[in-house]
Amino acid sequence: MPQDASPPYANQSFQGSLSAGAAGLQASAAGGAAGGTDDGMVAGIRSVLAECGGLAVDAGTLAIDDDLYSAGLTSHGCVGLMLGLEEEFDVEFPEKLLNRRTFESIAAIRDAVRGLVDGGAA
Amino acid sequence: MNAAPAALIGLAPVSAPAPVNVAARARAVGAEIAARHAEAVDRDGRFPVEAFDALREERLLGVMVPAELGGGGASLFDVAAACHALARGCAATGMIYAMHQIQVACLVNHGTNGWHRDLMARIAADQLLLGSATTEKETGGDIRNSVCAVTTDPEAEGGRFTLAKNASVISYGDQSDVILVTARRNPDAPSSDQVLAVVTKDDYRLEKTSLWDAMGMRGTCSDGYRLEAAGVIDQILPLPYADLSAQTMLPVTHILWSSTWLGIAADAVSRARAFVRSEAKRKPGTTPASAVRLAEATAKLQQMKAVILTAIRQYELACGSPEQLTGLSFATAMGTLKVTTSELVREIVEAAIRTCGLAGYRNDTPYSLGRHLRDAHSAALMIGNDRIMSHISTQLLVQRDGLGPFE
Repeated sequence: MPQDASPPYANQSFQGSLSAGAAGLQASAAGGAAGGTDDGMVAGIRSVLAECGGLAVDAGTLAIDDDLYSAGLTSHGCVGLMLGLEEEFDVEFPEKLLNRRTFESIAAIRDAVRGLVDGGAA
Repeated sequence: MNAAPAALIGLAPVSAPAPVNVAARARAVGAEIAARHAEAVDRDGRFPVEAFDALREERLLGVMVPAELGGGGASLFDVAAACHALARGCAATGMIYAMHQIQVACLVNHGTNGWHRDLMARIAADQLLLGSATTEKETGGDIRNSVCAVTTDPEAEGGRFTLAKNASVISYGDQSDVILVTARRNPDAPSSDQVLAVVTKDDYRLEKTSLWDAMGMRGTCSDGYRLEAAGVIDQILPLPYADLSAQTMLPVTHILWSSTWLGIAADAVSRARAFVRSEAKRKPGTTPASAVRLAEATAKLQQMKAVILTAIRQYELACGSPEQLTGLSFATAMGTLKVTTSELVREIVEAAIRTCGLAGYRNDTPYSLGRHLRDAHSAALMIGNDRIMSHISTQLLVQRDGLGPFE
C-alpha cells in the first residue's frame, strides 16, 4: 500500500556531505570578508554552500545563476545552508524568506542576504 | 460564476455532476456497495472492483478535473469528504480513491500543456484510474530521491523519452490506466533532482516482482513491479518534483490520507455507539460502564476532524502562493497533520474496541473491529512517522513564528 502515493519528505540525501569537504577548502580560500563587496559576499556564500549545502558538485564551479536544486541541494541541505549563512553574515532569515525560491541560486541567496544586511535589522 | 462566457456554458455537458453532491454520492457508494464487499476485499486481498464500478457510474473519478475539461471542478474539501465517506464502508476503497485523487490534483495544478489537458478531459470522460510509482527498490521509503532517470532521445521527432524503474510498490498497478512516476531529470542529475512523468497504459509495460499480502489495507493491492515506459517529453510535468510535491502532492496527500483514516475512526465509533446503545436498552436506566470509553473515542474523533479541517483551511489560504506553499511553516503544518491523525486513528479504534469488549474483538458480530484496527495500523507506516518527525525536527532549527492568523 500507500508507501507510494506519497509525499515528499526531504531527503536523507544520498550524496550527502560526500562532496562538501574538498569544495569547502577551495571556496573558503576565496571567501573571507563577509558582507562588504558583492564579490566578497558571493565568495562567502560559496564557502557556506560548500561547507553546509551537501551539494553533489563543487560549489566553486557553479555560476551564480545555476539552479542549486539541480546541483543536488535538498530541503534538508537548505536548513544547514541557512544556519551557515546566518552565522557567516550575522543575519536572521525571517519567516517570509524561508521557502525554496530564496535558496535556488547563488544570486538569489546574495539578493536575500544583501536585503537583510542593508535592512540592518541584525 | 456568472462571469463565464456563454460559449463555455454551452459547451459544458449538461450531465456534469454538481460538485456539491460529491460527498453525498460517495456516501451512498460507501454505505451501499463498498461496505457490503469490504470483508471479501480484506479477506481475499483483492481490488474493490464493485465499489470502483459504482464510483465510475457515479462519475466520481473525474470530479476534481476542471469543469471546462468535462470534470466536476470539485474542491479539495469535497474530495476529502468523499474519501471519508468511502472509508467508512471500506478503508481500502477510501485509500485507493485518495491516491487516485492525489495524482489528479498534481495534473490539475501543474499540467498546463495540451497533452496534460487532453488527458484530464479523458479522465473525466472515460473515468480513468490513476496510480503512482514513487517508491523504488533501491531507495525504499525515501521517495525524495530516485535512482532511475528519464533518458531523452534528441534524435527522435518531437522529443521522446524512456524510463525504467524498479517500483517496489505500485498500488492497484493492475487496475491503473495512468501512472505518475518519479525519476531523476536526466541520467546525470543528482538523486534529489526529480521530475514527475505521466504515462498511460499504452506507454508502459509492467512486470510484477512482488505480491501484497499485509496486515491491513489489503485491498489496495500494493504489488511491486518493474515498469518500463516511453513517451513524448510533453508528458513530463514541467515543475521540478520538489516544488510540485511541496505545493500539491504533500499537502493533498496528507489531507486525503487523513480524511480516509477519519472514515475508519468514524465507523469504529459508530459501531461502539451502537454497541453501547444496545447494552443500555437491555438495562434501561443505567449507562453501561464502557460508555466512558465511547466518550473518550468521540472526543478524539472530534479532535481528529478539527486537525483535518484546519489543514484544509491552511491549504486553501496558501493556494496560489508558491512562496507560502513551499515555506517551512506550511510544510511543518502538513507534516504534523499526518503524524497526528495517523496516531489518533489507532487510538480511536482501540478505544472503540475497549468500548465493545469481546463483541468488538470477535470477528463475527456487528461490532467487529479487527479490520478497522489492522487498517488503522497502516497509517503510521505509510511514510513512517519517525522519518517525518526527524525531518520536521530539522526544519525547526530554522523555523520562525508565522505572520498569518492564529500564528
